[in-house]
Amino acid sequence: MNPFICFLALAALASSTLSAQTLVVRAGMLHTMAGPPIEDAVVIIANGKIVRLGPAASTATPRTGRVLEAAVVIPGLIDAHSVLGLSGQLNQPHDQDQLDRSAPLQADLRAIDAYNAKEPLVEFSRSLGITTINTGHAPRALISGTTMVAKLHARTADQDVIHPQRMITVTLGQFGIPSDASSTGKSPGTRPKSLAMLRADLVKAQEYAAKFLLEDKTKHPARNFHLEALGRGIDGSQPLLVTAQRAIDILGALRLAREFDLSIILDGCAEAHLALDEIKASGFPVILHPTMVRAAGEMENISMTTAAKLQAHGIPFAIQGGYESYAPKTRNVLFEAGVLVARGLTWDQALASITKSPAQILGLSDRIGTIEPGKDADLALYNGDPFEYTTHCLGTVIDGQLYPGEDDHI
Amino acid sequence: MAATDNPCCQNDRNPQDYSMLKPSLSAALIIAALSAFAQTSPVAYLGAKIIPVHGDPIEQGILVIDAGKIVALGPLGSVTIPANATHVDVTGKTIMPGLVDSHSHIGGWPGFGADDSSPIQPETRVIDGIDARDATVQRAQSGGITTANIMPGSGNLVSGQTLYAKLRDVGSIEDMVITLPDGRMAGGVKMANGTNSIKQTTHAKFPGSRAKSAALVREAFVAAGEYRDKLALHADDPEKRPARDLGLETLVEVLAGRRTVQHHTHRHDDILTVLRLKREFGFNVVLQHVSEGWKVADQIAAAGVACSLIVLDSPGGKLEARDFAWRTGAVLEKAGVLVGFHTDDYIVDSRFFLRAAALAVRGGMSREGALRALTINNAKILELDDRIGSLEPGKDADFIVLSGDPLSAYTRIEQTYIEGQCVFDITDPADQLFADGGFGASAPTAPYLCCYSTQIDFAQNH
Repeated sequence: MNPFICFLALAALASSTLSAQTLVVRAGMLHTMAGPPIEDAVVIIANGKIVRLGPAASTATPRTGRVLEAAVVIPGLIDAHSVLGLSGQLNQPHDQDQLDRSAPLQADLRAIDAYNAKEPLVEFSRSLGITTINTGHAPRALISGTTMVAKLHARTADQDVIHPQRMITVTLGQFGIPSDASSTGKSPGTRPKSLAMLRADLVKAQEYAAKFLLEDKTKHPARNFHLEALGRGIDGSQPLLVTAQRAIDILGALRLAREFDLSIILDGCAEAHLALDEIKASGFPVILHPTMVRAAGEMENISMTTAAKLQAHGIPFAIQGGYESYAPKTRNVLFEAGVLVARGLTWDQALASITKSPAQILGLSDRIGTIEPGKDADLALYNGDPFEYTTHCLGTVIDGQLYPGEDDHI
Repeated sequence: MAATDNPCCQNDRNPQDYSMLKPSLSAALIIAALSAFAQTSPVAYLGAKIIPVHGDPIEQGILVIDAGKIVALGPLGSVTIPANATHVDVTGKTIMPGLVDSHSHIGGWPGFGADDSSPIQPETRVIDGIDARDATVQRAQSGGITTANIMPGSGNLVSGQTLYAKLRDVGSIEDMVITLPDGRMAGGVKMANGTNSIKQTTHAKFPGSRAKSAALVREAFVAAGEYRDKLALHADDPEKRPARDLGLETLVEVLAGRRTVQHHTHRHDDILTVLRLKREFGFNVVLQHVSEGWKVADQIAAAGVACSLIVLDSPGGKLEARDFAWRTGAVLEKAGVLVGFHTDDYIVDSRFFLRAAALAVRGGMSREGALRALTINNAKILELDDRIGSLEPGKDADFIVLSGDPLSAYTRIEQTYIEGQCVFDITDPADQLFADGGFGASAPTAPYLCCYSTQIDFAQNH
């Protein structure tokens, strides 16, 4: 076994109070994603933040502090849309909290009330380099709930959250139409009905917000957390994450956004390659489906060249791990982005789609996504090219805290 | 070789492929067309790195094929090229055997195999449910798969007869079968244990527990043994001879070692149950999936049983795959078990079959062992290693041309050849659609009849 791996494992055991400690991370190649890669680099970390970085020969390095070494160091990976922590690996009722079907529109459901930081797939994902996720309810109801952004410390939801109510999860198309819709009568049964129901609730949310502006407090309506969340969707503070796989649904999402002057994030977008100009004109970013997701049903027309087309059109995008109802219970954005390098993206573009770009889409680029002084000390360490299948992740650093790599998991 | 029986169809393999017959889009297309038209003259592929799997890699090699078979291979300069051979320069590429997938559901899954009327249905035949024009077949070709064990599902204890199919570009399952020397179609029988077939709460005839599952299987094999004995005893007496039972006949083939059990099993205790039943009844069995194989590697090795492994991106997805790990291939390899990989397509898309080997290497398996597990070991698992699974003179000319190392994330499969015929060429836009996806990439391939060159023709005439 590589002695360095042993060292990392030992370090992790003692890491519970390490975040205040100084870390010196030496990288054969450092990809900051904020500038060109740096050979023989060093990153200095203190109090959970990146203090400085640069070529080892010319960067002041503290005498004390724990030293880590890796062939390649990159920013901690970000999964821009996941159900990690809500949809557990066992796929049994007790670990599946990603979908409640009592009503079709539930923007009042909060991911933080369901996020299980101790779910084994959280640690598994971290062991391959993921440090931050935008996770929440599954794209399987018209409004299934909301997302939160969490760091993968695997402590508790309340300790690990960095943004408790990031987006509202909206699903258009067949995934938002339950198979028993016609018998339950509560859920949409068609695409037009889906949009009609969304319009109705967005109007309600507008009226609800307007009533709260009345000076006469006796005329304020009773609190309604669903409508309040939609109000944040309208004002953009908690935007709608609209999962739209078919081109028809992407156009539906854009229509809804125009009608209500919404700033939305397009999600999934299996047929984005059929609506590139419309997406580009909207200015909205895309959180693209996992590259290797199964091509069937609603997603039968996915293309592994879509990412390259979004890139060529100048459409901002990130790659997601997504939601899987069966094995593999989670897809890892490291692999989903890596295969894009052989399908039209450059290496840097592929890495940006799981670091810098998702940080921007999540509105967190002041903290995560690149390795720069002042940012959170979130790094992923590899013994070679991170995208190569046979490379190992040696460890991850989150907020200056070291966690073991994949060797315990493979 | 069925393909040569119907050369017209060979050329019209896909209406969208019409461009193939036009003046060339690229040199590779000419090659594809040549190999489709001119199977009577030899072809020499020159300059590629050749990974024969049988023997060491050849840095700059020659592969000579003729009439669908491998004629010769070796380093440049060491092989005599027939005077009438077409020369194809593949310098910079890598050539390895066509991939053999020992567990797949391409061809229209879940439309085939046993139904829910009873747990044991050896009489069902997967060939009766396969749509050879399903897009999954072309995707598998683009993933470098040349032979696949197409199986029914795991929702029954015995879910039917599987088919070892060559993914020839013929559009008809009849022309994809592999005929054994005794005239039978090559194939196994699919069995399963564990939770998938335990469904008494919804289907009364099905088992409600693991022990009941094993008990029902024992009953079935005992019945098959009695049927076999009665047939032998009363071979000359039509009145006493038992009525034909196509299901029991299949199990008799299993008991006689003429048909191998391909056994779905995940948990270590379920694996041991399969080995126990094997000891009791003496059938040939291959363990399929084997998620917890790393826990019982020594027992598997002692039983002399081969394993066909699924390689997933993460553990779980179902209770029995909780302890799935990338190390399984390495642990079984070290224990001396014959290891193959499979896609279980649609669980893993056939286009990413090479990745299974790479992730197993990540988990500690040897590079050579992982490449064998994609090719010759799976050929052994399907008992077809005398004709496929490695590049050796006399074997079928099933091979793939790669842009680089087969275990690299950056490598693309550029061409797939089956019996010398090019069934996938990434420079052909119609083929590339299936390799990369896009609008129509999941639609069944359009009608394939030799007299109708386009879908429009077909629609107008029918």
